[in-house]
Amino acid sequence: MARSKKLSVDRRGFLKGAAAGAAALVAKPEAAKAQEAAEVRRPAPLPGAKQTAAETSPPPPRVDVYTTDRPGSDFMVDVLKTLNFDYIFANPGSSFRGLQESFTNYGGNKDPEWITCCHEESSVGMAHGYFKIEGKPICIMAHGTVGLQHASMAIYNAYADRVPVYIILGNILDGRWRRGDVEWTHSVQDAASMVRDYTKWDDSPVSLGQFAESAIRAYKIAMTPPLEPVVIVADAVLQEEPIEPAERGKLQIPRLSLSQPPAGDYGAVREAAKMLVNAENPLIVAGRVARTPEGIKLLVELAETLQAPVIDRRFRMNFPTANPLYGAGSVGSADVILGLEVPDMWATTHTQTPVNRMGMESRPITKPGAKVITIFAGDLFAKSNYQDFGRYDDVDLSIAADAQATLPFLIEECRRLITPERKSALQARGAKLAEVSKRNRQRDIEQAAWAWDASPVSTARVSAELWNQIKNEDWSLVSDVTFFSNWPTRLWDFEKPYHYIGGHGAYGVGYGAPAAVGAALANKKHGRLSVNIQCDGDLNYAPGVLWTAAHHRIPMLNIMHNNRAYHQEMMYLEDMAARAQRPVDKAQIGTAITDPNINYQLMAKAYGMYSEGPIENPNDVGPAIKRAVEVVKKGEPALIDVVTQPR
Amino acid sequence: MKQLVFAAVFVAATVVAQTPTGNADNGKRIFVKDGCYECHGYAGQGGAAGARIATIGLNAPGLIRYVRAPAGQMPAYTAKVISDQELTDIWAFLQSLPKAKPVKDIPLLNDLAK
Repeated sequence: MARSKKLSVDRRGFLKGAAAGAAALVAKPEAAKAQEAAEVRRPAPLPGAKQTAAETSPPPPRVDVYTTDRPGSDFMVDVLKTLNFDYIFANPGSSFRGLQESFTNYGGNKDPEWITCCHEESSVGMAHGYFKIEGKPICIMAHGTVGLQHASMAIYNAYADRVPVYIILGNILDGRWRRGDVEWTHSVQDAASMVRDYTKWDDSPVSLGQFAESAIRAYKIAMTPPLEPVVIVADAVLQEEPIEPAERGKLQIPRLSLSQPPAGDYGAVREAAKMLVNAENPLIVAGRVARTPEGIKLLVELAETLQAPVIDRRFRMNFPTANPLYGAGSVGSADVILGLEVPDMWATTHTQTPVNRMGMESRPITKPGAKVITIFAGDLFAKSNYQDFGRYDDVDLSIAADAQATLPFLIEECRRLITPERKSALQARGAKLAEVSKRNRQRDIEQAAWAWDASPVSTARVSAELWNQIKNEDWSLVSDVTFFSNWPTRLWDFEKPYHYIGGHGAYGVGYGAPAAVGAALANKKHGRLSVNIQCDGDLNYAPGVLWTAAHHRIPMLNIMHNNRAYHQEMMYLEDMAARAQRPVDKAQIGTAITDPNINYQLMAKAYGMYSEGPIENPNDVGPAIKRAVEVVKKGEPALIDVVTQPR
Repeated sequence: MKQLVFAAVFVAATVVAQTPTGNADNGKRIFVKDGCYECHGYAGQGGAAGARIATIGLNAPGLIRYVRAPAGQMPAYTAKVISDQELTDIWAFLQSLPKAKPVKDIPLLNDLAK
């Protein structure tokens, strides 16, 4: 590492003195050791006045004062500020202490602002949720070893969910710079290797100049579809050592030039349009289509142009639930199926038989002769080890491209092909689908009436009570609803891009709470009311994120889905026991979260959050939510603990 | 004649014995103990993981036949796992559950239906 001459001398002198002191400690004569051992058995004398003074007085000034006005981490801050991160999410770690100090002092703790997290999994989960509202990646920082180990599941979730997270890992590559066993155990040869299977790109720069280039490149790669997490390792020596004066004027920060998302091949798009326009019962299946709000508009435009129903897999807010084409079709009745950014198209078009659920026996649920088209950016990027790519599907037309970028061309081509006669037929089909959609809605409302007065409270009742309190607000649902029988998406009116953030990606439990806090932080500056339906099992992975919400005054309404078990796993255990023809009543062992029941009202209160509950009477849910909404509208988080039905 | 009367009584008694009525209280206990509520809800209301079974349209033998060889995602429960009598008790419990109130009598849902 190059340094200024004066500082080099000072640093060497300091190290020399330290080494001499250490050597003196090591080289104790054997006689002295024996004397010490003998003294161990004696009662310890009380410290004298001299010793007391020595231990309580300020330390004497060091002869070798090692300072710098411009550590390398200041330049790293300059680089990262060009990427316009709103926040940095991090649990503190010594391997990036230089960067943290530079961000808070040199960088003024503004643009980006430092957000205190209690767990690295929370940092990444929050970044995941933030992106899904704001469309901007967050920078997270972690130790290259223990911090990354904590963060890894959340990174995999983001990877599978096509969400960019900008990860900076601290590491001390050169062993000579490590302070004792802590820094040795917290250092690693190749920090990013642990998550290389589920990140898109990484680099470990060995100079500040390379850091600048790699940092900008990482952002560009993360934001090119398919969007994915990236890793930059910030070496601690690069962070903490001063920038060579001769180097200061020469360091450059490259300009960020984002790539345009790849649109589909024109010939293939024309073929797809022809198939869709001529189909009698086309169906659109939406996966992660809407990268931006524009994606929702385009999907509506395509569906309405074709008068084709849309099945939304709810990985994103893709399609308005009040649109008459929403959910009005089925895979089994379609003759042409268009899958847009669907990661597991095979699972959409096939079913596995109950007699063997291991995938050995399966059958298509499409009708004979049905054609399948896919537009999928995942076809442009694949890795081997983790199997999130799903089963291979031999579709009829596969377009490797970003769906949102392709939609304008597909819409244009469909419009060109629709004749006046065809248009009349499409309109007639649309009218029928509107009737189906209306019946579906009525069926859902009637189903919600069942167990209306039950205790534990039904998930439908909680959803209806919530909707009653938020429907006139500018609301945002910042949680997945898979484990809530999807009641919100069945009863509420989802329309705006921020109305829903979708799911985990890789179903890694522990995502929910941090993603909700991150999404609520993104909503904060827009004045939206964030609503989080929080699963109890999920919260218990890293509940400290409640403190982050309280500390940073992140307004959000948390409704506990307190069903007191890992019910998905309990169902699997019952399944296994039934298959083995053994008693099924042992399934609660290892899956129930009871005895004692966890009191989330007290948990939230301990973290400094307004809270009520546990609520078991369904008639108490609505008034409690109303009181909590008032708290949230004043800018604070709140939690209502509701004891609920399993699903 | 006596023999005929005896035979008729015997047949009638056998039919009654083969059509058990079920104990709803015991059915509720088994419904919870064996985790039926996991998929179907404590009130049999159903959800994403299982169908609504409150006030089910099947009779007790129909329920038993279905549980022994179900369709869809439900696992099969053999007589080794749950007996016919236990399933009959569960059937009786399901029959005892209240029906849903009409949507028009629930203001929050009635508003959604408009």
